[in-house]
Amino acid sequence: MTAALRLIRRRLATSIPVLLIVIVLTFVLLEFSSGDAVDAYLISIGGGDPAVAANLRHAYGLDQSHLARLWLYLSSLARLDFGWSVAFERPVADLIVERLPNTLLLMGSATALAFGLGTSLGIVAGARPESATDRVISTVSLILYAIPGFWLGLVLSIVFAVKLRWLPSAGLETIASGRTGSARMLDIAMHLALPVGTLAVIYMALFMRVMRASMAEVWRLDFVTFARAKGLSRRRIVLRHVARNALLPLVTMLGLQSAAMLGGSVVIESIFAIPGFGRLAQEAVTQRDTPLLLGIILTSAVLVIVVNLLLDLVYALLDPRLQPSDRSA
Amino acid sequence: MRPVRLIFGTTEGAIGAVLLSLLVLIALFAPVLSPGDPLDIAGPPLLHPFSMARLPLGTDSLGRDVLAGIIHGTRTSLTVGLAAAFAAIALGVCIGLAAGFSGGLVDEALMRVVDAFQILPGFLLALALVSVAGASLPVVVLAIALGAWAAPARLMRAQVLSIRERDYVAAARVTGMHPLEIAVKEILPNALPPVLTLAAVIVAAAILTESALSFLGLGDPNIVTWGTMIAEGRNVLRSAPFLSVLPGLALVVTVITVYLVGEGVTQALAEGKAGQVDRQGPTA
Repeated sequence: MTAALRLIRRRLATSIPVLLIVIVLTFVLLEFSSGDAVDAYLISIGGGDPAVAANLRHAYGLDQSHLARLWLYLSSLARLDFGWSVAFERPVADLIVERLPNTLLLMGSATALAFGLGTSLGIVAGARPESATDRVISTVSLILYAIPGFWLGLVLSIVFAVKLRWLPSAGLETIASGRTGSARMLDIAMHLALPVGTLAVIYMALFMRVMRASMAEVWRLDFVTFARAKGLSRRRIVLRHVARNALLPLVTMLGLQSAAMLGGSVVIESIFAIPGFGRLAQEAVTQRDTPLLLGIILTSAVLVIVVNLLLDLVYALLDPRLQPSDRSA
Repeated sequence: MRPVRLIFGTTEGAIGAVLLSLLVLIALFAPVLSPGDPLDIAGPPLLHPFSMARLPLGTDSLGRDVLAGIIHGTRTSLTVGLAAAFAAIALGVCIGLAAGFSGGLVDEALMRVVDAFQILPGFLLALALVSVAGASLPVVVLAIALGAWAAPARLMRAQVLSIRERDYVAAARVTGMHPLEIAVKEILPNALPPVLTLAAVIVAAAILTESALSFLGLGDPNIVTWGTMIAEGRNVLRSAPFLSVLPGLALVVTVITVYLVGEGVTQALAEGKAGQVDRQGPTA
């Protein structure tokens, strides 16, 4: 337990400078963009004279120096104030809090599905390297790995929503349906089936490939030979010895991959019209809403840090070398 | 050309190399294979594939030739993929070399920057950069490279750290070689090969990212890209699904090709190394 606490403290200590770099970086990037929120606002209302623009810029603090504004931004962040979204006329923090759960639901179910299916298939393939089953699974995973998520989403919605009409093609739930309780949950599940399925297929390919490669590494290790010499059944060797140890790199990869997964949600959410985090990012981009985009990028950085911290703890639980008392196999 | 023979020696490498040469040829000779601007109107709109010999893959909702779009799109995809991967690896190698070679505070600071880029979702960063700097090909390449250089930098640093203490580096130091010369002449060439095996994965990811960006309407509007074609086909998905499906298939084939070549190179490198060890066997 104390070891876990120490791990958390060390992680947090290194995360703070990293987060600062992220903030400065995104700030610099967006500070030097041509056109700001006032420009976008004036365009949307059909133009305005320079005095109005100057007044607005002053009101939003857009006329101060870069450094002053960075300091302003940092100090308001410290108060958990993410600023005001010009496009939505609401606080950025509210928007993020509102949209984040939808994305977490989408990503969480897709990752869980992909992890379960991907590792299982990876174990089947890696149990007998170079066998016919292995070759088929590896080839399929290569093809799936090469498919762009947004294209797979479109193809799946052509098949299941347009041709077969089994599933809805857009939205998170039926609008104003008045459903409650389990009926509403079922409705949401139906709506999420296509986006979750699409994301899960793409991630599954990755887990499958890494699991298989990782198992191939473990097969060569001495303790596997020893387990064989002990006369353990193949099934027991595969599951208890090879697969368990091969799972560790997968946990590390899940952490490294979490940022990419969050990025991938932008396109999927835009295809299936899910009011989530990724779609919010796209809306922020099209409306030139700097505070909103900064808030989104920053929140996703924090999210990735948290996910990595949790995975570190999982790793510590899984790794037999870190917990000798747990080695029961 | 031993490396080439080694790559062709593996099944994946051989298939990948043949397909890649084909794609490169299509990209190079796109103006010959399909003359004229692929964005020009070529026939009646929404012509289905195989219904007119002159336009074998049909036309989109504006009457533009789908086959011409796919041929010219090969150019965009390969150019962006290769350029972005080159930029990412070049940047990663420089930062990794600087971090690993200097050590101390410089190393610490550079690695925190690498951490920051690894934590940031690359696609969000690319979205932000393209929307800030405007959608043009160089910006797209830069945006993709910025999201991809962290992994090669990390690997490069690890390589440099392990090589830095070798005898031949110590020997170079003793002979009074300038540290910069040691870094470039002694360490760089020996640390590079493993980093280069990342190239295929980065090229493939770059091609996918470019297509996703242009799918969202953030690609260069004056250039045909498969992502844009898929996005435009989306509006008539019910009546003409082929408009989205065909460019998507082109994408999948291209990405698989890049992976196969990468697989071939990795295997060839592993075999090459094994061969070297065998040859050096008794002495090493």
